[in-house]
Amino acid sequence: MILIVNVCFEKLHYLEFVKPVEDILVKNNVKFKTKHYKEINQKDLGADKIIICGTSLKDDDYLDNISEFNWIKDCKKPVLGICAGMQIIGLIFGGKLKRKTEIGFYFEEFDSFLGISGKQEVYHLHNNYVEFSKDFEVLSKGKIPQVVKKGNLYGVLFHPEVRQKDLILNFC
Amino acid sequence: MKLGVLFSGGKDSTLAMYLARKNGYDISCLISIISENTDSFMFHTPSILEVEKQAKCMDIPILTIKTKGVKEKELLELEKCIKQSIKKYSIEGIVTGAVESVYQASRIQKICNKLNIECFNPLWQKGQYELLDNLIKYKFEVIITGVAAYPLDKEWIGRKIDKSFIKEIKELEKYKINPAGEGGEFETFVLNCPLFKRKLKIVDTKISGKDNSFRMEVSVK
Repeated sequence: MILIVNVCFEKLHYLEFVKPVEDILVKNNVKFKTKHYKEINQKDLGADKIIICGTSLKDDDYLDNISEFNWIKDCKKPVLGICAGMQIIGLIFGGKLKRKTEIGFYFEEFDSFLGISGKQEVYHLHNNYVEFSKDFEVLSKGKIPQVVKKGNLYGVLFHPEVRQKDLILNFC
Repeated sequence: MKLGVLFSGGKDSTLAMYLARKNGYDISCLISIISENTDSFMFHTPSILEVEKQAKCMDIPILTIKTKGVKEKELLELEKCIKQSIKKYSIEGIVTGAVESVYQASRIQKICNKLNIECFNPLWQKGQYELLDNLIKYKFEVIITGVAAYPLDKEWIGRKIDKSFIKEIKELEKYKINPAGEGGEFETFVLNCPLFKRKLKIVDTKISGKDNSFRMEVSVK
């Protein structure tokens, strides 16, 4: 069972940032349940793996509620953070929020990460990124960390649900 | 939250608007771009002159602007129009019917980000058959007003999107026809949906084109 974490403040954003991830799991018969980050309880965190989805450029309510994600510190299960989810993982471990707007397709270059490697065209939609603390391994080239890993924690800055659906399945 | 909808009168923008309303958002205005370029990358054109009648049917004010359809100039015109709607209707976000097109979605995202308003794409990455099934589930009456891909031809013009349409379009997947028309294979016009106070009636049609490229201008009342 996968726990999908919705970080959208605006209800309508669920359809754009959470449902596409759910659809990938449905299509591949992966069981999941979805909860809003403000409603997660201990029982939910008993899931086998956890995916924290992204949200829109302007919908950054989660930044004011980072302490709601303190459970990540003690989590032993694999966690994948997508865009806002990646930023949350970074901030929980003392990373610094930086401003950089990227919207649309960009080419990025990766070391091996959840089945992707080499040069790939990815879909970006963010105004911020996180400069991670040194204990995170950055598995991409370039100035801005595109994918990071630390033990059971994985982060991707772009939106794999658009063109790298296999990355999500490989995590699951 | 007050929203403006980028409205073409077709199935995607109307379904996106319906989902926004269903989720409790206030639709304050429609924004329609009338492009003189029938091959516009950004804006669908068939029957767009009738969108004002659709807007009237929903009691929602509409802002329309004409563009010559020159690629990036269209976007400046759109930005201008969104600015007007922020001022006039106090909208705090835009709804689009973008499903697959990163080209279309990212350009609108950039405009909204620049103007510091929300951008909602409730159909983003939606499955093609799920989208068509939604139209039937929510009782949309949608007709085909344009085709632009083999083997679609004049016979498809004017057809309603119903169960038999879905069955037949599915059989055309071998020709790489996207069943929801996301690659521009066909264009649509909404005659009725739960947002309309009454159904629109077709009073006149004008069909033009040849082979696998046809369009139908409809007049409705």
